[in-house]
Amino acid sequence: MIKTVASVGLPVGESWNIYKNRLVPETVTGKEKRISIVTGVHGDELEGQFVCYEINRIIRENKDHLKGIVDIYPALNPLGIDSITRGLPGYDIDMNRIFPGDEEGAVSEHIASEIMADISGSDFCVDLHASNIFLREIPQIRMSEAYADKLIGFAKLMNVDLVWVYENAVVLDSTLSHGLNSIGVPTFVVEMGVGMRITKTYGKQLTEGILCLMKELGIWTGKTVVPKEPMISYNRNLGLLHSESPGIFMPLVEHLGTVRENQPIGQILNPLTGTILEEVVSPIDGLVFTLREYPVVSAGSLLARVLGGEQA
Amino acid sequence: MRKETIYTLKNLYRDDMNLYGYHFGKGEKSACIVGACRGNEVQQLYICSQLIRQLKELEERGAIIKGNEIMVIPTVNTASLNVGKRFWPTDDSDINRMYPGDGSGETTKRIAAGIFDAVKEYSYGIQFTSFYIPGNFVPHVRMMDTGFQNPSLANLFGLPYVVVRDAKPFDKATLNYNWQLKNTSAFSIYTSGTDQIDEPSARMAVASVLRFLTRMGMVRYTSHSGYIATVLHESDLSSVRTDCAGIYRPHVKPGEEVSRGEILADILDPYEGEIISQILAPTEGIVFFSHSQPFVTEGGIIFKIIRRLHE
Repeated sequence: MIKTVASVGLPVGESWNIYKNRLVPETVTGKEKRISIVTGVHGDELEGQFVCYEINRIIRENKDHLKGIVDIYPALNPLGIDSITRGLPGYDIDMNRIFPGDEEGAVSEHIASEIMADISGSDFCVDLHASNIFLREIPQIRMSEAYADKLIGFAKLMNVDLVWVYENAVVLDSTLSHGLNSIGVPTFVVEMGVGMRITKTYGKQLTEGILCLMKELGIWTGKTVVPKEPMISYNRNLGLLHSESPGIFMPLVEHLGTVRENQPIGQILNPLTGTILEEVVSPIDGLVFTLREYPVVSAGSLLARVLGGEQA
Repeated sequence: MRKETIYTLKNLYRDDMNLYGYHFGKGEKSACIVGACRGNEVQQLYICSQLIRQLKELEERGAIIKGNEIMVIPTVNTASLNVGKRFWPTDDSDINRMYPGDGSGETTKRIAAGIFDAVKEYSYGIQFTSFYIPGNFVPHVRMMDTGFQNPSLANLFGLPYVVVRDAKPFDKATLNYNWQLKNTSAFSIYTSGTDQIDEPSARMAVASVLRFLTRMGMVRYTSHSGYIATVLHESDLSSVRTDCAGIYRPHVKPGEEVSRGEILADILDPYEGEIISQILAPTEGIVFFSHSQPFVTEGGIIFKIIRRLHE
């Protein structure tokens, strides 16, 4: 059943609507658990679109296995998705920096508070992201260490390659996932692929993981895979590679490739002079789980992340 | 006056982005003034440029009081100013959400770290900035309720209002907030206009800073005493929203007194030109903020009124 979560009139003959599709079992007892699957808070992140389609399709084709409520929110920022804009068009702000919102605030904050209110009460929420246009990511769960104890067992069901537990950062206090966790809705963020594109294999992989999570929550009784064992970032070395020179980045390794310490990962080139401005080498042995996709770089641009072994 | 390059970001095809600090006087790091952080903050850049011009004259006349050093950074973001984008040209990040920054982090965090390193030891920090909702304010000093704020000091600017507001999560990465954590008394000054120059409020802003510097014993400058500010908490402001979307035709401006039930704005049908709604004042008071764009969305805040305050 399609429901309108929020609706605001736009100036010229249009409304800004946020929709969800609520899927319910054929027989309802009133004790069903509820999972919310949300995506599209950043208008340039599209990987979640295919996942939403797949979850909808699989449940529709196997309705007898649905034992709980599944709310699918495919586009929290529909104007952004339509206009290939990461933030909220017309407001020039990142929608994932205004949660939990404010019912009495600006329109954008009001919408954020309505989204929060709608998801509130869910037994779990999965917030699907897709990296940005600059970086390619392997399928991974990200969570703040403040909530890791509560979430990590569920994250292992998600059929992802990596679970990344990060230190708390103040700016992340204004994200949807933090807002939901702080009101008692267990939520983690999925990152995968690259902005403005859909990686079908990742979408399939993640869909299988969501079904595993739904089974654990008692929402799904259908067939599921044995989820792959993810790498966990806890106590492991992490190598961050930033550009020190502006130029054009050309990688020398593949995404998901393994590298040795001091192995070249890429070069930063100056096409005007035909020179190499910088040789970028890995600071540690490990796996390249993030690799820059967009070639133009400034000083400070993130080029790669390498996940190493256990810390000594 | 001493012009110093406080941060340089090298570029591939554009000129390097050099950010400058203009120093006046010698001695203790007394006051630092920071202007445009976003690419549409033309008014904030203009105010700082006029302040630099006046401080230069004062220094030449020996009016910077010995033992004080004042720095003005007119902008921390020429890259966006020159291409007309509010946020960082490549990734849309906001430098004023990156403080205290990270010298080995991403680009805008590096810029923030470079700026913060230069400004963090001043006793007083003043930032000219703009609101996240486009519109015009009555000129005022704004402070976040961090527990360190001092509205009495803010009163020394002689602007009509001082507004104290609760910090939201995203505020914690602003320059103002981080200044306060480093024991700098920090003030944000809002004027009318952002992407256009509003000359009267720019003059008022320059005068308010010179008045503050005079009262804090840093410069000798004779000026009008200004206002004894009315100190407000943001909750004292009544937000007025639209009940429908369309073309916005305001009837009142910031600073004007309105009575309860007075027509504040018309909303017009964008196709047929008819008035489809009239927005009435929910309270008597002074208009503190007004929306400045020709379009409005349904439920948008178009005015903020200081409840039950009279001229």
